[in-house]
Amino acid sequence: MTTLSHDSQLGQMSDNTVDRPGERAPLVLNMNTFGQVTATVCRVNEAEKAPTAWYIAFAGALGLLSVLGACIGYLIVTGVGVWGLNNPVMWAYDITNFVFWVGIGHAGTLISAILFLFRQKWRTGINRFAEAMTIFAVICAGTFPGIHVGRVWFAYWLFPIPNQMEMWPQFRSPLLWDVFAVSTYFTVSLLFWYTGMVPDLATLRDRAKGKLQQVGYGIFALGWRGSNRHWHRYERAYLILAALSTPLVLSVHSVVSFDFATSQLPGWHTTIFPPYFVAGAIFSGFAMVVTLAVPARELFGLKDLITLRHLDNMNKVILVTGCMVGYAYSMEFFIAWYSGAMYEKFAFINRAFGQYWWAYWIMVSCNVITPQLFWFKKIRTSIPIMFVLSLFVNVGMWFERFVIIVTSLANDFLPTSWDMFTPTWVDIGTMVGAFGLFFTLFLLFCRYLPMIAMAEVKTVMPQADPHGAGAGKHGHHGHEKGHH
Amino acid sequence: MDITVTRRVTTKFPLCVRQSFDEIHTVSNMATIVTSPTDTSQERPAPKPTRLYGLMAEFETPGDLMAAAEKVRDAGFRWWDCHTPFPVHGLDGAMGLKRTVLPWLVFGAGATGTLVAFLLQAYTNSWNFPMWAGVWVHGYPFLISGKPAMSLPAFIPVMFELTILFSALATVKLMFLFNGLPMLYHPLFKSNRFRRASNDRFFIVIEARDPKFLPKRTEEFLRTLGPTSVEAVED
Repeated sequence: MTTLSHDSQLGQMSDNTVDRPGERAPLVLNMNTFGQVTATVCRVNEAEKAPTAWYIAFAGALGLLSVLGACIGYLIVTGVGVWGLNNPVMWAYDITNFVFWVGIGHAGTLISAILFLFRQKWRTGINRFAEAMTIFAVICAGTFPGIHVGRVWFAYWLFPIPNQMEMWPQFRSPLLWDVFAVSTYFTVSLLFWYTGMVPDLATLRDRAKGKLQQVGYGIFALGWRGSNRHWHRYERAYLILAALSTPLVLSVHSVVSFDFATSQLPGWHTTIFPPYFVAGAIFSGFAMVVTLAVPARELFGLKDLITLRHLDNMNKVILVTGCMVGYAYSMEFFIAWYSGAMYEKFAFINRAFGQYWWAYWIMVSCNVITPQLFWFKKIRTSIPIMFVLSLFVNVGMWFERFVIIVTSLANDFLPTSWDMFTPTWVDIGTMVGAFGLFFTLFLLFCRYLPMIAMAEVKTVMPQADPHGAGAGKHGHHGHEKGHH
Repeated sequence: MDITVTRRVTTKFPLCVRQSFDEIHTVSNMATIVTSPTDTSQERPAPKPTRLYGLMAEFETPGDLMAAAEKVRDAGFRWWDCHTPFPVHGLDGAMGLKRTVLPWLVFGAGATGTLVAFLLQAYTNSWNFPMWAGVWVHGYPFLISGKPAMSLPAFIPVMFELTILFSALATVKLMFLFNGLPMLYHPLFKSNRFRRASNDRFFIVIEARDPKFLPKRTEEFLRTLGPTSVEAVED
């Protein structure tokens, strides 16, 4: 690899956030060979022991998971009365958590599908674990509608299963659209994630030292052997999946927003909801990717693959979507006034200055003010600051859903039917416990599956270009000949 | 190497020399042709004559592989393949691969999804005739908030979702099916050297069943392509 001097210099560059005209900023730092990429990524899975911090985090996650299990168990044996729900506030923490977690998932699909279609090469460093995050977030999300139906043993009534009761779901209801949207979203995300992972599982299989790893990874690698005839179909299939996932991800949160927008309730009945929900979902999802990426790259030594440029780019996405969310908040207010609808106007003034004013202002300060700091490059590229800001965004987006759901329900048309919602310990335990489920799955993923899409990262290295620097003495000549 | 068929051939790359598998059977211990000093796999004793699967040439860079692939293509081989750790841009052309028909089939699957979703919703919410679906079922058209039983606009989200679902399932299933996967066993997995095909090495494999395959000639041919090693892989 003597012809790589130019790219080697690029590869050694420690700060790749600088844009130089006419040059592509390197996405893989301090590595010149494909073998180094493989070794760096596989080291996480092949190490005898995980880092100590992993064990501590895993213990914490398992603790929270058991809280979730206990709360759900208590709910099932007792009934939904253990939550703070009342009449009028029949949706509160459950649906807030549902919308929050579905939203988190959206960043994974955006990175894996939409950025793929836009040929954003930097996605390769982060797509695998962002997709994993999507899947685990959708699992958390799916839990909530499942348990809030009351009699969970009848949850299968959500699906059109032929039955002797001659009973069918109501397809004219957005709640049923949600069942189809979220379950399709989960299935397609899982397929996308798994298909992308097959070549990397083959790498782990081929490097496996023990029989267990070899057989385990081997089965899931499906016998992948990197055949170019296979790669040809694989790449087509991957492109098709990206093209399918792109409208799908936009549809999912649109359908979630229909749950609200198709109702008659002031504060819910607005046409801005679908795009506003999608922007908010991507906003919160990217914040979660940053929250996870920052410790993961430190802990597992992946700083050369998830570089500062990746984080910088994600922070820019957070800034853009944060602006969209801020725009939506102000537009909602404007339309409430402009519509002249008395109840609509009241709903919004009540949100900002009513009994849930604190939730509203947490939402605004976290979602509108916080991301504005990302205009400054110093902040975008500062690891501790971006980590803290991403946490703020996560909190803010949870409160956004809480504000939308609870304030509209608590104070609707008729003051006599108003009531306050106060969460019980089961509400809080379930909410916190869901993070346990999420982090348990995520930590297991980090330990046992390839966290970075090795095969994809290799394609964005300059060495992978058969016509470029990576072409050896035969490469260029041979190709020329092939075309004459 | 007692290969009668190679003696018969005098031109460099005959257009078509058909070999029966019986003849290939006589190619025992082809593994001696491996050149790299680091590899020891070829030294294992072959207890009985085994069938040759093919010849595997190893390359160090995608550029080398690409140049070699073009020559293999131009030599007229058909049963051959490249094995790479990642999709190499332009290799499909260098190998002369035809475009897969996968997208068309996916389109069909998607259209099926749309239709299935429409019929499902129309039957369950709009029509009222009995049908056998595991058990005898009836449609159940009932009036809710004044919406018509056949409310096509309300059916669109589920039609969209099932279109995507059917398409995605078809994409992944057909892709692996066409690729002949899952196939957990493959002769190439016997080679230790081949393990790097999923890491940082690039391989060309010409199979023995190719009509133009002649063990010695093909090996010589592969050597002219500048590989770092050539290895015989047994079935």
